Amino acid sequence: MKNDKDFINENYLNYVKSVSPKTNEPRSLIRAFFVGGLICCIGQGIRYLFEYAAGLNGDELAAYVSAVLIFLGAFLTGLGVYDRIGKFAGGGSIVPITGFANSVVSPAIEFKTEGYIYGVAAKMFVIAGPIIVFGVFGSVVVGLLHFGIINIF
Amino acid sequence: MRTVFFKNKPAIIATSSVGGPKESSGNIGEYLEVKSDDDTFGEKTFEKAEKKILYTAIGNSINNAKKSVSEIDAIIAGDLLDQIISATFSARNFDSGYLGVYNACATFTEAITLGATLINGGHLNYVVCGTSSHFSSAERQYRYPLELGCTRPPQAQWTVTGAGACVLGSGKGPKVLSATIGRVIDFGVVDVNNMGAAMAPAAADTLYTHFKETGTSPEDYDVIASGDLGALGSEILKDLIWQKGYDISRNHTDCGKMVYTMNEKEYQGGSGAGCSSMVFCSYFYKKLCEKKIKKMLLMSTGALLSSLSSQQGESIPGIAHLINIEC
Repeated sequence: MKNDKDFINENYLNYVKSVSPKTNEPRSLIRAFFVGGLICCIGQGIRYLFEYAAGLNGDELAAYVSAVLIFLGAFLTGLGVYDRIGKFAGGGSIVPITGFANSVVSPAIEFKTEGYIYGVAAKMFVIAGPIIVFGVFGSVVVGLLHFGIINIF
Repeated sequence: MRTVFFKNKPAIIATSSVGGPKESSGNIGEYLEVKSDDDTFGEKTFEKAEKKILYTAIGNSINNAKKSVSEIDAIIAGDLLDQIISATFSARNFDSGYLGVYNACATFTEAITLGATLINGGHLNYVVCGTSSHFSSAERQYRYPLELGCTRPPQAQWTVTGAGACVLGSGKGPKVLSATIGRVIDFGVVDVNNMGAAMAPAAADTLYTHFKETGTSPEDYDVIASGDLGALGSEILKDLIWQKGYDISRNHTDCGKMVYTMNEKEYQGGSGAGCSSMVFCSYFYKKLCEKKIKKMLLMSTGALLSSLSSQQGESIPGIAHLINIEC
């Protein structure tokens, strides 16, 4: 009988690494830069629109812009367009808030076949869950640091 | 000795194959018996769709063999979904015995090995062997939701939406002469997107064992077809078997590599339990019947992982079962 650690065959793994195709990084970076940048420009456009046309400012303005972008991300996911953008743009469409909307809506659509409770509601945060957990946890840590630094100095 | 010799030469008397939209427009589309431009096949869920393509393939293969369901002693089937529900729920539609088998994408040749053994021993008269896979049901179980905007790495493969089934028994048709049972081999590959590299060592081992135990060499076969190693896995297999002193570069092909046309951008080609069964039951079976191919080896390859095992950091064990077919 073999032991579990006997399985690792370093020679083979190095060989696989040498023959496996590599991701075209310059192409991925350029695509991510332009698509991600475009999404941010659209967001900035919406911000100007609300700022100058509706006279909003501060937190309220930021909330309106986020809400519109989340709606757009969710809507394009529902239409089956966002995954095609993602295929092209990679990180460029995952990182902005529209990508977050996509990560919530796509499992919600997918698991609808298991019903609204065990499917849609239970699986909705399968992908976004870790982002929320670490986002909240990170904000607590930053908050404590901020509080500590202010008290010290 | 891991090679089983079938003295009574069970025949593959009929087959049937079903393919989805991408498969129908691919290289072997014209050979498929049932083609669909709807990947739900008129069903409400992808799991139901996969069940439908499998029982369609099983039912059609029985019709093509001009047999009635009551003459079929057993259905040996499997698929990729948890608890092999496509196979089990398909078997519900037939009043035959049922053996559910699972060896991931190597299930098809595993089923034929078992079926041929039962027939060769005179225990059963007619057996149907079939497997299926569906891109959308597999993505959901192993990867991400379909609408999630993520990219696939260049070493990835695409799960075939398709099914294939064949009827084994005594009669006319290509004969199953022997089968070599594979070993579970793991060299420590953990990249779930690189199944070809995970399965190639098992494939090389089975192929080498077959040559050694039958005293044959690659030149003795018209075609040596692996299941779903894909383009990269095929290259690795050729390298590994070359190191053992055999050159298969002239007559090797891979069902996964041939299923899609290059402009479909599926990187390394197709994969899935339905890949080798669909390609064998359509293209290869036709070529065997026309005697364009006289002797072939079909070696389905499987990556025996689950989404849990890979999340727990386990590497991917591979397996390959081989059957030797002659017309």
